Amino acid sequence: MRSSRSLRRLAPVALLALALALAACSDPQTTVDPKSNFADDIQFVYLLTFWLGMAVFIGILALTVGLAFWYRERPGRVAKQIHGNTRLEIVWTLIPVVLVVIMAVPTWQVIADSSKPAPGDALRVNAIGHQWWFEFQYDLDNDGEYDDLITANELHIPAGRPVTFNLLSDDVIHSFWVPQLAGKVDMVPGHANDLWFTPHEDAARAEAYLGQCAEFCGTAHANMRFRVFVDTPEGFAAWVANEQADGAEPADELALMGQELFLTPVWTLPGGGGGILGCTGCHTVAGAPGAVGRIGPNLTHVGSRSTIAAGILDTNFENLVAWISNPDREKPGADYNDDTARFMPAFETVLTREQIEAIAVYLLGLQ
Amino acid sequence: MATVAGTMAAPTAEGVVWSWLTTVDHKRIGILYGVTAFIFFLIGGLEALAIRAQLAVPNGGVIDPELYNQLFTMHALTMIFLAVMPLGAAFFNFMIPLMIGARDVAFPRLNALSYWIFLAGGLVLTSSFFLGGAPDTGWFAYAPISGGAYSGSGMDYYVIGLLILGLSSLAAALNFAVTIINMRAPGMTMMRMPVFVWMTLIVAFLLILALPVLTVALVQLLFDRQYTTSFFLPSGGGDPILWQHLFWIFGHPEVYILILPAMGIVSEVLPTFSRKPLFGYAAMVFAGVAIGFLGWAVWSHHMFTTGLGAVPRVVFATSTMIIGVPTGIKIFNWLSTMWGGSIRFTTAMYFSVSFIALFTIGGISGVMHASPPVDQQQQDTYFIVAHLHYVLVGGAIVGLFSGLYYWWPKMTGRFLSETLGKWNFWLMFIGLNMTFFPMHFLGVAGMPRRIYTYDAGLGWEFWNMFASVGALILAIGVLVFVINVARTMRQPKTAGDNPWDGSTLEWATSSPPPEHDFDAIPEVRARDPLWYDRDHGLSQPEGDPDEHIHMPPPSYYPLILAFGVLLLGIGPLSHLAVTALGVPVVIYAIWGWVLEPTE
Amino acid sequence: MATAEHHVAHHSVTGIDNRKLLMWIFLGSECLFFGALISTYLIFKADIPAPPISFIEAHTHVENGHEVVTGWFPVDRVIDDVYVNEDGSFREVEFAGVLDIPITSQSTFVLLMSSVTMVLAVYGAQHGRLLSMKVWLLATILLGLIFLGYQVYEFRLFGSEGLTLETNQFGASFFVLTGFHGTHVFVGVLILTSLLLASFRRSGLGPEAGFHVETAGLYWHFVDIVWIVIFTIIYLIPA
Repeated sequence: MRSSRSLRRLAPVALLALALALAACSDPQTTVDPKSNFADDIQFVYLLTFWLGMAVFIGILALTVGLAFWYRERPGRVAKQIHGNTRLEIVWTLIPVVLVVIMAVPTWQVIADSSKPAPGDALRVNAIGHQWWFEFQYDLDNDGEYDDLITANELHIPAGRPVTFNLLSDDVIHSFWVPQLAGKVDMVPGHANDLWFTPHEDAARAEAYLGQCAEFCGTAHANMRFRVFVDTPEGFAAWVANEQADGAEPADELALMGQELFLTPVWTLPGGGGGILGCTGCHTVAGAPGAVGRIGPNLTHVGSRSTIAAGILDTNFENLVAWISNPDREKPGADYNDDTARFMPAFETVLTREQIEAIAVYLLGLQ
Repeated sequence: MATVAGTMAAPTAEGVVWSWLTTVDHKRIGILYGVTAFIFFLIGGLEALAIRAQLAVPNGGVIDPELYNQLFTMHALTMIFLAVMPLGAAFFNFMIPLMIGARDVAFPRLNALSYWIFLAGGLVLTSSFFLGGAPDTGWFAYAPISGGAYSGSGMDYYVIGLLILGLSSLAAALNFAVTIINMRAPGMTMMRMPVFVWMTLIVAFLLILALPVLTVALVQLLFDRQYTTSFFLPSGGGDPILWQHLFWIFGHPEVYILILPAMGIVSEVLPTFSRKPLFGYAAMVFAGVAIGFLGWAVWSHHMFTTGLGAVPRVVFATSTMIIGVPTGIKIFNWLSTMWGGSIRFTTAMYFSVSFIALFTIGGISGVMHASPPVDQQQQDTYFIVAHLHYVLVGGAIVGLFSGLYYWWPKMTGRFLSETLGKWNFWLMFIGLNMTFFPMHFLGVAGMPRRIYTYDAGLGWEFWNMFASVGALILAIGVLVFVINVARTMRQPKTAGDNPWDGSTLEWATSSPPPEHDFDAIPEVRARDPLWYDRDHGLSQPEGDPDEHIHMPPPSYYPLILAFGVLLLGIGPLSHLAVTALGVPVVIYAIWGWVLEPTE
Repeated sequence: MATAEHHVAHHSVTGIDNRKLLMWIFLGSECLFFGALISTYLIFKADIPAPPISFIEAHTHVENGHEVVTGWFPVDRVIDDVYVNEDGSFREVEFAGVLDIPITSQSTFVLLMSSVTMVLAVYGAQHGRLLSMKVWLLATILLGLIFLGYQVYEFRLFGSEGLTLETNQFGASFFVLTGFHGTHVFVGVLILTSLLLASFRRSGLGPEAGFHVETAGLYWHFVDIVWIVIFTIIYLIPA
């Protein structure tokens, strides 16, 4: 995207704008503090349209207020009976035409740039929207199979290397949006959209970039969030190595009890009114026998993620206990359609508090 | 009057209630539209206040997500289909025949039918709240979330309600298109029509051409939900993007359907109170026509993030930006109408002048996200919420309020209080800017739309609270209008024929106008006929007081037919037997309709 | 009828009667209605040869280790083909043609003829030849009913062969499009039948008989023209 970059250098006003826009940059989900090449390009067009729009607005506001004040009714004033003025009208037809051209050309440029295929060395990731969480599948060995690393709701990418996403959906339309890294692209079931960008070399930081589903997708749409960690290349390699390992074995008695509970295939409801699937019916923990469910998030390294439940709860003991006990209480809608077995049931109906705590300890140990 | 066997005698004028239920008088129908739409406007406003209450603080606990999703969906549907569109229709009904110098619309009974079907559709849509839950997938009802697997019975009310409302709008649009084309007074050529009439004509054609596309989409959605087809469901090989195309091919012209009436009103109010003719009349008309045409070539700008290819994005971005040109022409012409004038600042004028600035804000933000890359950051954020509310509240609603203050004396013979009017204006003006301007900041700070909750610490707390306070002030402003209306009803009818010294034909008859509108059909000699007459010492023809003017008698059949249509619609929502019951009602109504003497 | 409207009609600015103008504008609206339905059909049809062929696919089963896909192909021909998937596996595609062009050509001819009889009915009505008007109206109604008969036959045949609304996108878009067209023909038959019945009253169709029949004829011709478009697009243009 060299050409639009040079355009940007030629526009010092953009720098001034950037300084002013920094006021909004302290907001963690801000759209005006770009950290990738694509976000930079968007920012350039945004600032261009913003300042043009500002100029037009101030002009029209001044005219509206000025004319209204100047030509208000006063003794002796007689309204001039003017029907029009062709020359003036041509002028103000041309003004918007010129403004449109100024905005359209860089727009076309950025569309063309962002529609180019991703560079060959790009990191390849499937991002799949589910009601209401994000699944990420990496193709690290470039064999076309997105099976090298599977995680949920927290994405790690290396700084300075292009990353390209296949955006997919498992149910309804979602939208993949990390404002500081890229504009949103929808995840449409039956369509494979893509998106690529290169995070800045200096974008690596410990703090996550916040992302959120941006297309209305049902009850818990507001709680469908995710985080993107831009790592240094070394940090990314370390993360990959850890993620590709099997889930940690339980470290103590309690965790071991938790693992046993976790691996129980079916729980009978008290009173014998049928049963509900155990954790492994939906979740995978690599290395744990039988834990190969693919309906819910992969939990192999859930303890190492900063949040659970699609970015709404910090990963800690209390939150895990609360979540397993009754997900719907933490995230309304999480169990709204039990009969499809696609949502997480409230395990407090079949497990004791102690049992749930044991599972939480086991999960926290899956670093 | 002879009664054809088996049909009812035409209603007599006795009884206030029956006279309104059976009226075919365009002015009364206009009032029915206005009152009903205003009630729906208040309901939609309450829905908005509930939303603002929930969002005032992070992790708000006022309403649960299910209800929240119903509220934002119904807020949009109510405001668009049950408030702004019919408020426009109220003015079309009351004013168009008067402004073109006609005694009624082309099809008075069809006009009554439009109203009653509108009421039926509004009731179907709103009743869903009490019958298993309102639609909850957003007014755009994107597949597959609008399919049976992901949403409840509310979506059936959505489909049926919008189909019924579409029928009403189609009937009304056909009626007004014919009325405007065919029933203008002698001398009123197309290029002498008031701009409001022009905008109505454009709106009528937009409706006539856009509604069938929505109808097809809704029927296909109905089939997907009820008969397991898969037009839009990817699980069965369908295409969710097809729904988006069909919906927005309707949906974007719909935006102009909402805003053009307000532009028409402003184009009447500004010249009257500036005491000079509209600047650049021809450009104004052609700009409106151009917006109407271009409105068909921009629908995919609602879909920039759906994975459209580069070429469609370039094309739709460009066509969308080009709409800025005729819009710019309109804004400059309004401003120039004030230039050199002697401006009287009545409440109507306050609203119209503020319309220019507020609509400009909405227009500019619209051009910003006409650029697909920018839209990729702004789409589905509060920036869009800010944009559309500047267009629909700052534009359409403010324009309609201007019309209410402007034409109130004509419609009722009474003036609304100017003092309360100024309170009304300033509260609404401050309230709407407080509510909607900060939404730009929220959008830029990354706040998505249609979320019922958000965390603290994202920088969204202050402006959300600010906007919620603004919404309250806006609501108080509307309340002042209600008080103003209640108060004016006890005032004497002191408005003369032409209290504002307006130039158009509606000011040539009494306030309120007689049932037959004009004692004698007016003659039009220039674009601003009453000013031309005034300046040239001419006068409109006097009517012969002894002449009996035939007006179409009231009729039961529009009401009965609308009831039959309501039964047809309730069937798929309850039991098909209800539809079966509706069929004979409809047949009976049409039979009686056709055979009814209208002399 | 309608003296008030009558009165107005005399003052028509364009010289066209309000009711006829209404019909013309309404037909404009109908164009968009059928346009949207036809577009839906075409968009799904654009799916055809490249798998996944959801437009015409009905059943997939595994036979001798490879997928066999069967379904309906709209045009009257048989597709028997093999597609090799990216992973080397292959799928065999067997599609039977379902549309019978000769039969539907007959029904199309019937509908075209009904436009001719409609013209004759309008001519009769406008020139006061009331018997001729009645006869040709009756002929138009009968031809319309025969067309509908063909359509019922076709729908039932497809149903018995297993192609329904639910089968695939072809079934859905075909039945909804032709079904709505058939409904329009049916409404036209109702209108013409009402006119025919009313013409037997003592006062007949009144002084405006020619006008009424002509306006109904506008609608009838429009519905015919739409059928020509549908017939061309669904039956005649191969995939």
